[in-house]
Amino acid sequence: MPHDHSDHLSPSGHPYRADNDEPLSYWQTMEIAVRELLIEKGVSTAAEINAQIDAMDARSPADGAQVVARAWTDPAFRERLLANGSDACREMDFDIGALQLIAVENTRDTHNVIVCTLCSCYPRNLLGLAPDWYKSREYRSRTVKEPRKVLSEFGVTLPDTVQIRVHDSTADMRYVVIPARPDGTDGWSAEALAKLVTRDSMIGTGLAKTP
Amino acid sequence: MATPMGKPPVAKPQRVRVKTMMPPGHIRTPAYLRGKTGWIERQLGPFGNPEQLAYGLPGEELTLYRVRFSMAEIWGDQAERPEDTLDAEIYEHWLEPV
Repeated sequence: MPHDHSDHLSPSGHPYRADNDEPLSYWQTMEIAVRELLIEKGVSTAAEINAQIDAMDARSPADGAQVVARAWTDPAFRERLLANGSDACREMDFDIGALQLIAVENTRDTHNVIVCTLCSCYPRNLLGLAPDWYKSREYRSRTVKEPRKVLSEFGVTLPDTVQIRVHDSTADMRYVVIPARPDGTDGWSAEALAKLVTRDSMIGTGLAKTP
Repeated sequence: MATPMGKPPVAKPQRVRVKTMMPPGHIRTPAYLRGKTGWIERQLGPFGNPEQLAYGLPGEELTLYRVRFSMAEIWGDQAERPEDTLDAEIYEHWLEPV
């Protein structure tokens, strides 16, 4: 390490971060052991495991945005999505595996927001991995009790005339919010509309972007 | 026949209460809803009982209900806006008719 600056700050003025040299945790060791056993016993190959990780990393909120944009532009698809979220996503050729999806729709009078108080259930087979805050104890405990305050901290202030529906994802279903279609988008293509649909708008902690 | 994705809500909502039992183990019924009364939003399942599946046991197939509660029912005077609602999925053996 150079000697002409503080030991605590890098030349660019940021604190040095400790290297992650700590020993493996119990569960990290368990994960490695199970993975190696699966490979040694011929249940899976390393390539298959990597392909699964790649497939999960390839999923992103952009997939959900396409589903929402189609629901905004295709009334028959919207009906199918509300009736059976999983089948509607499969119809669009998204590889969602065993995901059991319920789509809930924001309207002029109703705003939906999704939380999992028990753990961190999230429709990751459609939207990719959950944001870190979604798994935080604070988001999980406060959203069921003071959703309006939580939403206002996300920059979403709802009038008292709008009813909030909180969905606690406690068991087998996963949820996606169909945000309200922004004003001023009449005649837009689904492709253009999809760019307005954010991850947070599909969790309910945000609104779709306005043009 | 029950479908995994549920049925449309019935005309007259059926009121149910979440049992107040506190068994140990892998439970998918949040403690803050125990003893609370809501109404069935839709019926789902059947799904294997997670309280058995979590321990490698064959899970008994159970009906899962989406139950809707008012915030007033859950939080009483502390509700942020009493008319707001919360939906949760509750397995049939946790519900009793009201």
